[in-house]
Amino acid sequence: MTEKIMLVGYGGQGMMLFGRLLAQAAMLDGKYVTFFPSYGTEVRGGSACYHLIVSTGEIYSPVVEEADTLIAMNQPSYIKLKDFMKPDSLLLLNSSMVNVEDPPQVKVYRIPATEIANELGNVVASNMVMMGAYNYIKEIIPTHLFLNCLENALRGKKAALYEINKLALERGENYVRNGNLISLPAE
Amino acid sequence: MKSSLHNKQLMTGNEAAAEAAIQAGCRFYYGYPITPQNEIINHMAMRMPQVGGTFIQAESEIAAINMLHGSAAAGARVMTSSSGPGISLKQEGISYLAGSELPCVIVNVQRGGPGLGDISPSQADYFQAVKGGGHGDYRMIVLAPSSVQEIADLVYDAFDLADKYRNPVMILGDAQLGQMMEPVEFYKPAKTYLPPKKWALTGADGRPKNVIKSFYPVKGELEKFNRRLQKKYRKIEETEVRYEEINTKDADLVLVAYGTCARISREVMNKASKIGYRIGLLRPITLWPFPKDALRRLSQRVRTFMVVEMSAGQMVEDVKLSILGRCPVHFYGRMGGGVPSTNEIINNILEVLPKINAADSVEMIEI
Repeated sequence: MTEKIMLVGYGGQGMMLFGRLLAQAAMLDGKYVTFFPSYGTEVRGGSACYHLIVSTGEIYSPVVEEADTLIAMNQPSYIKLKDFMKPDSLLLLNSSMVNVEDPPQVKVYRIPATEIANELGNVVASNMVMMGAYNYIKEIIPTHLFLNCLENALRGKKAALYEINKLALERGENYVRNGNLISLPAE
Repeated sequence: MKSSLHNKQLMTGNEAAAEAAIQAGCRFYYGYPITPQNEIINHMAMRMPQVGGTFIQAESEIAAINMLHGSAAAGARVMTSSSGPGISLKQEGISYLAGSELPCVIVNVQRGGPGLGDISPSQADYFQAVKGGGHGDYRMIVLAPSSVQEIADLVYDAFDLADKYRNPVMILGDAQLGQMMEPVEFYKPAKTYLPPKKWALTGADGRPKNVIKSFYPVKGELEKFNRRLQKKYRKIEETEVRYEEINTKDADLVLVAYGTCARISREVMNKASKIGYRIGLLRPITLWPFPKDALRRLSQRVRTFMVVEMSAGQMVEDVKLSILGRCPVHFYGRMGGGVPSTNEIINNILEVLPKINAADSVEMIEI
């Protein structure tokens, strides 16, 4: 099994934390993993793109040239990086901030992650909504390992944020489980 | 060495370089911030106070390398790090360190150049590192890791090599290796036998004074010193060459690449084998001393080489010098922060390989 993921969004939308926690959890699950931020000299608010590879075998190139999964949190980043998808890629769009037509031959899930996180009272947790949705679809890692890593990351002053992040994760998972929002590949 | 899961940590290459230095006994770090190696400085600033070491953010790169000179002269394990423009500023200091035979470790996390360039991955500081960016007939041991784990392992070795030969050692990484996160484990460094630093400036109480200098004004003395340096460099060339060779037996073409490009080349090998091509890889781990004997040996049975670099083709020269024109050496590279893709490399290989087959058929007709 090898899963090549691209995580894209505005700086500040939590793609770095999303990727790092997923990478950590995958490592604890005994998988090989590489996590590579690919960014230029952008300031806060610029596009950030992260390459994450999880595999049961040794990973050679850490560069994602064709994404098995693209997770896009905002429109400019999606437009910039959509060409990294291949015909059977999985696309997760934060539909609160991305409004585009379905690209051909790709399985698309639209999750209003920003709205869901906002409803929970913390817009910053939109990354966890996407993580919940993604892991429900692909089952890359056991959820409890991810939660362990989340708990470790949110220590001290940030400990109070654990519950809301956990909730966001569950809401993302439920949103997909309830079956809204899938567009199957257009022929 | 066998690794166990629960000792692994997810870390950037930069953090791994800093942590490995601490674990190797480095207690003095001097640096000046520059992307893409700032995580080294961050980690050192956090860890040095915890282990009773000294961290100084110097006023400039030049100050940092000269602080290194002082601590190394006193016999301490000491490190600095920077990227392209900052490493250029350090060249005078590196020449003085080599001329004073002072052990130290310098990390260069390469970024795009020339000039201020950009902060993307690059391998265009090869000449500077390997041929000596500073003045005089000196050599620096240059180690080229290609994973976060190897960064940690080679940093341990760098300190041992520096002490063993009283010579600066450079870890030549790049922005991708520095910023990428991978699982890494820190092994307790093996106790290598190293001679005591009798030459160090520790206060000449009860012993004759030691002098650390690179200045030999009396006619003839400097040449004598240079002869001794060269003898040391020959010994390093004989003893310390490291490389990795993969699938070179029966290969149609052997790729030569280090660092990030070696990782991408390894992926190319896999992809190419699926379409019926046998591609091998020779990955230099020491860039100086360069694995020239290994390449010379390979050139007796390999028909063609292709060097892959994130530069205009700097290592190509060393590959050509090693194989002495026995077979063609092709090159594919990207510059100024560009990272070669596997497809680009494969397309270049395919352009070269039909020519080999054509040469075969000529031979057959002659027979």
